[in-house]
Amino acid sequence: MASAVASTLSSHASGSSATLRATNDPAWVRWTLTTIALLFLTFFLALPLAAVFAEALRRGFGAYFSAFADHDAIASIRLTLLTALISVPANLVFGVAAAWVIAKFQFRGKSLLTTLIDLPFAVSPVISGLIYVLVFGLQGWWGAWLIEHDLKIIFAVPGIILATTFVTFPFVARELIPLMQSQGSDEEYAAISLGASGWQTFWHVTVPNIKWGLLYGVILCNARAMGEFGAVSVVSGHIRGETNTMPLHVEILYNEYNFVGAFAVASLLAVLAIVTLVLKALVEWRHAQTRRSS
Amino acid sequence: MSIQVSSIRKTFGAFTALNGVDLHVPSGKLVALLGPSGSGKTTLLRIIAGLEFADEGSGQIQFHGVDVTRVPAGQRKVGFVFQHYALFRHMTIFENIAFGLKVRPRAERPAAREIAERVRFLLKLVQLEGLEGRYPSQLSGGQRQRIALARALAVDPKVLLLDEPFGALDAKVRKELRRWLRRFHDEIHLTTVFVTHDQEEALEIADEVVIMNQAKVEQVGTPQEVYDRPASPFVYQFLGNVNVLRAQALAHAGAHQPHAGALESDGRVYVRPHDIEVIPHIPGAPGMAAVLRYVHAAGPQARLTLEQVQTRETIEVEIARSELSLLDLKTGDLVNLRLRQGHSFADDYAI
Amino acid sequence: MSFVRAQRSVLPGFGLSLGFTLTYLSLIVLIPLSAAFIKTAGMSWADFMTAVASPRVMASYRLSFFASLAAGLVNSFFGLIVAWVLVRYSFPGKRVVDALVDLPFALPTAVAGIALTAIYSKNGWVGQYLEPHGIKIAFTEIGVFMALTFIGLPFVVRTLQPVLSELEPEIEEASATLGANRWQTITRVILPELLPPLITGFALSFARALGEYGSVVFISGNMPMRTEITPLLIITKLEQYDYHGATAIAVVMLVASFSMLLVINLLQKWSRRYYQV
Repeated sequence: MASAVASTLSSHASGSSATLRATNDPAWVRWTLTTIALLFLTFFLALPLAAVFAEALRRGFGAYFSAFADHDAIASIRLTLLTALISVPANLVFGVAAAWVIAKFQFRGKSLLTTLIDLPFAVSPVISGLIYVLVFGLQGWWGAWLIEHDLKIIFAVPGIILATTFVTFPFVARELIPLMQSQGSDEEYAAISLGASGWQTFWHVTVPNIKWGLLYGVILCNARAMGEFGAVSVVSGHIRGETNTMPLHVEILYNEYNFVGAFAVASLLAVLAIVTLVLKALVEWRHAQTRRSS
Repeated sequence: MSIQVSSIRKTFGAFTALNGVDLHVPSGKLVALLGPSGSGKTTLLRIIAGLEFADEGSGQIQFHGVDVTRVPAGQRKVGFVFQHYALFRHMTIFENIAFGLKVRPRAERPAAREIAERVRFLLKLVQLEGLEGRYPSQLSGGQRQRIALARALAVDPKVLLLDEPFGALDAKVRKELRRWLRRFHDEIHLTTVFVTHDQEEALEIADEVVIMNQAKVEQVGTPQEVYDRPASPFVYQFLGNVNVLRAQALAHAGAHQPHAGALESDGRVYVRPHDIEVIPHIPGAPGMAAVLRYVHAAGPQARLTLEQVQTRETIEVEIARSELSLLDLKTGDLVNLRLRQGHSFADDYAI
Repeated sequence: MSFVRAQRSVLPGFGLSLGFTLTYLSLIVLIPLSAAFIKTAGMSWADFMTAVASPRVMASYRLSFFASLAAGLVNSFFGLIVAWVLVRYSFPGKRVVDALVDLPFALPTAVAGIALTAIYSKNGWVGQYLEPHGIKIAFTEIGVFMALTFIGLPFVVRTLQPVLSELEPEIEEASATLGANRWQTITRVILPELLPPLITGFALSFARALGEYGSVVFISGNMPMRTEITPLLIITKLEQYDYHGATAIAVVMLVASFSMLLVINLLQKWSRRYYQV
């Protein structure tokens, strides 16, 4: 469902090229439209972002920083990092394997496979959590077996990681598939005909060609992994200091009317979002550079 | 090293790319695989290189008598130059050319100094010294082509295969580069096969031309052989311009017979524009009457478009400019045409 | 895996990467998803209907549907203007604005949810000016709509942008040389080209809004029959250990969103129809 995200990488190559007279709008039209667009974006995007920091600093820096001295806040940061650290690399490996299969080979069922990879984007986050409850929960398929072996997945860290992996599943794959398809396989064939082995071809020829797309996918995947709320909320059990990720910790503090605390943790996530946007813009810019030069 | 291809078949789903192809490429020759797009020529080249595999149970590829059908591409000792060069974008020219040497297992890999020497030697060979540090995107099309060639030669191949080597270049560079390739081949004498759809290119530089059509080899021969004695109507039409005339009309017009047996054939005679003689119209004289419709006189030869009086068929004729001025013709004039030579085929090929 | 066999290829790794891809896809996505359908298949028809068609659930469908629809339409209108401005005009800070459009993708939904609530509640930056006039946004249907507009905003812009920047200036120039004025050129030449991506962008934004949870639950107030969205009801049922009820609603939503996915795929095929060679 984020095909819009995927297509941005290819779109930014041709940015500004509107100085032709027959295609120019009158100045008043330009001013009006630009003003409407900027007002709309300010209202819907800039304002919420600014509100996060304003609310977090409402009682000054002292209150802001004391929010992070909290044991549970630190535990939630640690859990969020751990979750991203496992689910992002897992989806990275998957994305590369899936893109390799889909872009480099012809086989029956390929378009079905491509559609199935996108499936998690079409599923509501809440349902993404629910399905793991159905498989691993107390009443679930493996519930009895897990209790017998004293294993816990739902309301525990493994469930959080699984649900996060599900919601971030397509990010890397759907960035790489169109990229590798458009690049074709000629360079790989050239490497093979020059005597390179499969791994040599992959590492020395394929990876350098897809590295920007790879990075782009990882950045988006990571942002979603660290910020996921709905899916994680269903499987977490909300045990303070144990199964609360940062977004869940924000919710708890907010529901306890600890607004400064909630917005302080939220401001960290907002910084993460800003860093993501900056990195994303840099990668797009870099990608456009390499495309222009070739 | 000679190449022997025997009864190779290749299908992609319902599409047959090669239908039992046999081919012999003699050692040290420069051979062109010529044909329209979709004729299977590139597929054949890729199968020879080991980049594609023939259908299970079809024939063999032999290099100098050794069966290489199951040898992987990297071990066949072929140099392959891709149509769009397939240079590694992220590597410098030096790294591109050195790639084939650097990926060898440690035991067989030359020392860094040797690799550098080899790269410099190859750059000199393709007349592009001093470009080691550049990236492919900084080179012109013709330069990239020669770098692709140098990269293919770096691994010391026994066979050189080029897929549409000049296809992506503009007309002028294409002409220069193909003459350069001919001279280059004369220097290194490497068995070379190149694919092209440009008949002029094939006829100009190849020792031998292999004409392919619809997944089959139509004819093999020297450029002169295939041009002068085409084996099929397809080859006739594919190589240069040709008039296809109805044989009965020729007989009726009293034109002198082309090759014997013309009338028992498919009823068509193939005549090159420069094999038709234009003479002033004299009633009752031999030859067929035609009306001059159009004269195109830019260039060394004049091209005349005529309409045969009896059948209203259009005929193209090429004559020398000097001859044209002697005839002193204007459009609408009646002339007689005589065939110096024509050709007919015994079976009814669909054209 | 014999039903998916590749044409023999020189490139290595087909078996390994396909095997890994299919295994991972099955374990993470297909098997868990199938659990929802299998669980529901075990319910009687009467139980299923009680779960998915009770008045409270029906009210949530209505809210989710109409709020998502409204958000999608608003995003289509403003998204078109934003995309047009970003592609065609230049102004200082354009790159920052362009990057900011993706904020809803990057900002965790819970953060967006509490931020929007803070702005529109009665003491908030915007709410304090609206409240005296009797306009309430937070904890009403309008709040739900605002949150859904926020999270769906990038879809329309990002679907339109590439199409708009690849539109050749020649077609506008051609239109101008044929005597059309600027307004005619825009309405008859450019907008028809933009219609397919616009519809696709609307569908993407609508589909995303239907399933959205995090940004909505804070601002909606979650009043039964009034401001409960469908995903919230799934959570509510789960908290009451009504797994069958939760799963039944989930299946209804899954069927809806898979149909949307199908429609979107067809739309995208349709919108590319002129570009096929």
